[in-house]
Amino acid sequence: MAEISENPVPPGDADALVVADNVHKRFGRLEVLRGIDLTVKRGEVMCVIGPSGSGKSTFLRCINHLEKLSAGRLWVNGELMGYRQKGGRLYELRDHEIAAQRRDIGMVFQRFNLFPHLSVLGNVIEAPVQVKRVPRAQATEKAMELLEKVGLPDKADAYPEQLSGGQQQRVAIARALAMEPSLMLFDEPTSALDPELVGEVLDVMRDLAEGGMTMVVVTHEMGFAREVGDSLVFMDEGVVVESGDPRDVLTDPGHERTQAFLSKVL
Amino acid sequence: MSSPNEPAGGPEKVQTPDPDRSAGPITAVPVRYPERWVAAGFILLLAAMFVHMLFTNDAFNWPFMFGNMFSEPVVRGVWVTLSATLLSMAIGIVLGIVLAVMRLSGNPVLVSVSWLYTWFFRGVPRLVLAVLFGNLAILYATIEFGVPFDTYIMAAFGLEGDLRFFSIDARTLLSGYTAGLLALSLSEGAYMAEIIRAGLQSVDKGQTEAAQALGMSRAKVLWRITLPQAMRVVIPPTGNETIAMLKDTALLAYVPVTIELFYQLKAIGTQSYQVFPMLVAACLWYLVITSVLMVGQYFIERRFNPSQNSVRNRVVGGAH
Ligand SMILES: Nc1ncnc2c1ncn2[C@@H]1O[C@H](COP(=O)(O)OP(=O)(O)OP(=O)(O)O)[C@@H](O)[C@H]1O
Ligand SMILES: [Mg+2]
Repeated sequence: MAEISENPVPPGDADALVVADNVHKRFGRLEVLRGIDLTVKRGEVMCVIGPSGSGKSTFLRCINHLEKLSAGRLWVNGELMGYRQKGGRLYELRDHEIAAQRRDIGMVFQRFNLFPHLSVLGNVIEAPVQVKRVPRAQATEKAMELLEKVGLPDKADAYPEQLSGGQQQRVAIARALAMEPSLMLFDEPTSALDPELVGEVLDVMRDLAEGGMTMVVVTHEMGFAREVGDSLVFMDEGVVVESGDPRDVLTDPGHERTQAFLSKVL
Repeated sequence: MSSPNEPAGGPEKVQTPDPDRSAGPITAVPVRYPERWVAAGFILLLAAMFVHMLFTNDAFNWPFMFGNMFSEPVVRGVWVTLSATLLSMAIGIVLGIVLAVMRLSGNPVLVSVSWLYTWFFRGVPRLVLAVLFGNLAILYATIEFGVPFDTYIMAAFGLEGDLRFFSIDARTLLSGYTAGLLALSLSEGAYMAEIIRAGLQSVDKGQTEAAQALGMSRAKVLWRITLPQAMRVVIPPTGNETIAMLKDTALLAYVPVTIELFYQLKAIGTQSYQVFPMLVAACLWYLVITSVLMVGQYFIERRFNPSQNSVRNRVVGGAH
């Protein structure tokens, strides 16, 4: 059962899209997240860095409730994720209600996770048609625009296995965008790519950021964090050790653990 | 590997091929296999002896066989057998999906029910099930729909009577064919449950997560993402099951269902003292139907491997 902190903090700041309040996550006896507090503003690009196993992926998955919090609360767009609050009590949401909350949040995975039995176009229109009940013709038109945007208009009829890793990841981004989310989560989107393919995916993400999309990006690409990120969060052992302007954190880390980590990856 | 007449090095290498170097096809004496010819000759001899026997041994009585193989009751028997196969497979697959989803649901009640079902119907031989279902009418002379334990409930309110809305004579409902079909379907459901469960578990967990992240409900994820991908793993063993089922329809004779194919052929054979030709006819009929089913499996497999077949564009076009 989820232990939820006593006093629910409503997401006061109208500018805040994501509010995490003392988020904890345990897997059995292993406490992976040990009290994460942070706010992502509308239009902000937040990059999250940290050593392997520090809980970055887990936190990202808590945001869209792929993982259930063990304690704490998390709001996206003013909605408490996974629960309904009524009369000072929390009620777990039903499967279809959680699904509805997730529609507003796009997610891009390290290993792409495209649907192999569907064509590229099929991947992109699947959720709009099946979930939002957008007419197929309209969804297709929108999908072609998105494929254009990620530079793959001629791959609509291809199947995922026929694409390079970079192309697959760009399709995955288009697929997430097709639901017109107000928040995009990226979990190391370029880590599984050959070095020469990293650039094409980062370019798409940069365009997206310039278009005003709110993004939380777990990444090892410090160049991207520095140039595109509005804020940088350094996580270690399930807590936020340090956060701030990426240029400040990267050039002049205030914490010993950040320094140690950066000296290894830079 | 490059074919022999391709220039050495292959086209994708940056190296420019040396024009002076020979790139002609390799001319070498291939390895000879004399033992293959010996084996082939031996098999040919056996085949010739077999064919000779087919034509000279009177036990086959070919004219009688062909004369009866297409007689009206036999042809009807073929349809009964085919329909029983397809129907019991269809019901078995639906049951299997339900049972597999229950088994993977994580709900302890559903998991136990599914496990118990599979345990029972895999444990009892189909022949026994067929006979058992043929005799179910002994258990319930009439089948009634109404409130369970109605007589007790009515008694508790001080009333007499029952709360039954309609009833059917069990012997009508559980006619031989229905009873046999039920036995085969329920048994098949248990096997299909295991096959479909393995198929569902073979699908990468990332697929479910990606679909959930897009806002699909669990039912949608199952129906649109997991099941279609499980199909690739599920179809080949399901083909085996279908063919096994075709042969198991012969068990219907024990329900008893007398219009079934094997029963009819055997009956003709026994009545006319021409048992052997009718057994051969049975083999031929089962082989013909199996072959038809195998063709069907080929097309179904192709349908669920869209990226690997040549009609890809048609499939995508159809999805627009
Ligand atoms: N489903 C799970 N069950 C048990 N332990 C888990 C589960 N998911 C993650 N963990 C554990 O939680 C810890 C944090 O994992 P997480 O994937 O969040 O790390 P990360 O910061 O994303 O690391 P990386 O950079 O390697 O991706 C790890 O020790 C991992 O083994
Ligand atoms: Mg991770």
